[in-house]
Amino acid sequence: MLTKRIVPCLDVRNRIVTKGVKFQNNIDLGDPIEMAVRYSDGGADELVFYDITASAERRPIDIGMVEEIGKVVHIPFAVGGGIENLDDMYKVLLAGAEKVSVNSLAVKNPGIIAEGARIFGSQCIVLGMDPVRADDPKKFPSGYEITTRGFREHTGMDALEWAKRAQDLGVGEIVVNSVDADGTRDGFELPLTKLIATNVGIPVVASGGAGTPQHLIDVFQKAHADAAIVASMTHTGDYTIGQIKDVLDAAGVPVRKKW
Amino acid sequence: MIAIVDYKAGNLTSVKLALEHLGVDGVITRDPAVIENAERVIFPGDGAAASAMEHLNELGLVAPLKKVVDKGTPVLGICLGTQVICDHSDEDGGVDCMGLLPGRVKRFNPPDQLCKIPQMGWNTMRFKHKHPLFEGIEDDSEFYFIHSYYPVPADDAFIMGETEYADATFASAVGKGNLFATQFHPERSGRIGMRLLKNFTEWDGSC
Repeated sequence: MLTKRIVPCLDVRNRIVTKGVKFQNNIDLGDPIEMAVRYSDGGADELVFYDITASAERRPIDIGMVEEIGKVVHIPFAVGGGIENLDDMYKVLLAGAEKVSVNSLAVKNPGIIAEGARIFGSQCIVLGMDPVRADDPKKFPSGYEITTRGFREHTGMDALEWAKRAQDLGVGEIVVNSVDADGTRDGFELPLTKLIATNVGIPVVASGGAGTPQHLIDVFQKAHADAAIVASMTHTGDYTIGQIKDVLDAAGVPVRKKW
Repeated sequence: MIAIVDYKAGNLTSVKLALEHLGVDGVITRDPAVIENAERVIFPGDGAAASAMEHLNELGLVAPLKKVVDKGTPVLGICLGTQVICDHSDEDGGVDCMGLLPGRVKRFNPPDQLCKIPQMGWNTMRFKHKHPLFEGIEDDSEFYFIHSYYPVPADDAFIMGETEYADATFASAVGKGNLFATQFHPERSGRIGMRLLKNFTEWDGSC
């Protein structure tokens, strides 16, 4: 049986893993390479690295870091942040990443998703989206608006419409990162995750808000996520991946137990 | 030396890095002479069947790959590599493939929208036949999959391991003599995948 994936997300700034609340007030947590090895050895199913300041600083992604991760990690990993064109995608994949995550670029230039999927295969193109709650049912029927550049810019785009369009353009997976839940450790934004997960045919990764193993049980069982991002709850050492999987397993959520 | 066949189809670096980790020399190459003279050949791949066949033909790699299989060189196919060694794939409206392993490639037919395509993540493989590449690996171990299509060998004797997804039981590992191929990615399947790769680096091609 296909298992539900638990995916630690490492937000990296100047080669240091950092974590904020709602994209602000970041604190430094450690070395990305060391943390990657610890997670890979500790039962994480996949890893995600975001070069979080590349996009805002308008500089290319740190390829040297991607190469180092590729050497020490033998589970799949995705990389995002600062991807500006097809050449950047190619560099990230060539450096050893399984998947490349595009967010702001895809909003600015949706054609790049189609082009990337055609050249590199859908399976390695991930759409990252940062939806925020929006009370304007006319403009945003799903109740969520897409933001970009680390919640700095509103796009006027509806979250569900964007997810469906991205699927049609050929992305292989969607990471739904709730701006409202990000870093709060109060649980995933379940209605948002469920809305996207039940309306597209490609895998959906829930992101933002994981604080306890119960939050993961909820997002898998109630919101039909295929994978869930964890950050603060495991980065700080409050939980190990093994502990989370034990609780999920006991609740009947299929997880990978041997590694 | 292990030749990692480069036909513009992705995931080459992760295979090379995995071999490096095992202390084995891997060379990414599209040179037919290097492939024909290699001790072992890994034939990886990500992406779509039609463009893969296009590139293989354009680079003149079909004949050299047939040659290494014929002369008994141990060959490991991975993911798309496992699909294009079959006779035919249903992908891209139907594509004739290399015909190194009798069989066809079919698409998953998901029972509902909650069964996502591609299958992406860790799933178990149940052994169907004993094989030297399974040495030291437990039955029902988990491997990393990322695919929408799967191989259907013409003869059950070629099915080495099976996996269930989308209401189908499919061949996740296939083999025929010195040719072995997995639908999953051993190079990204942690310690257990590494063991399978290590077994390949020590395999003489006999079963």
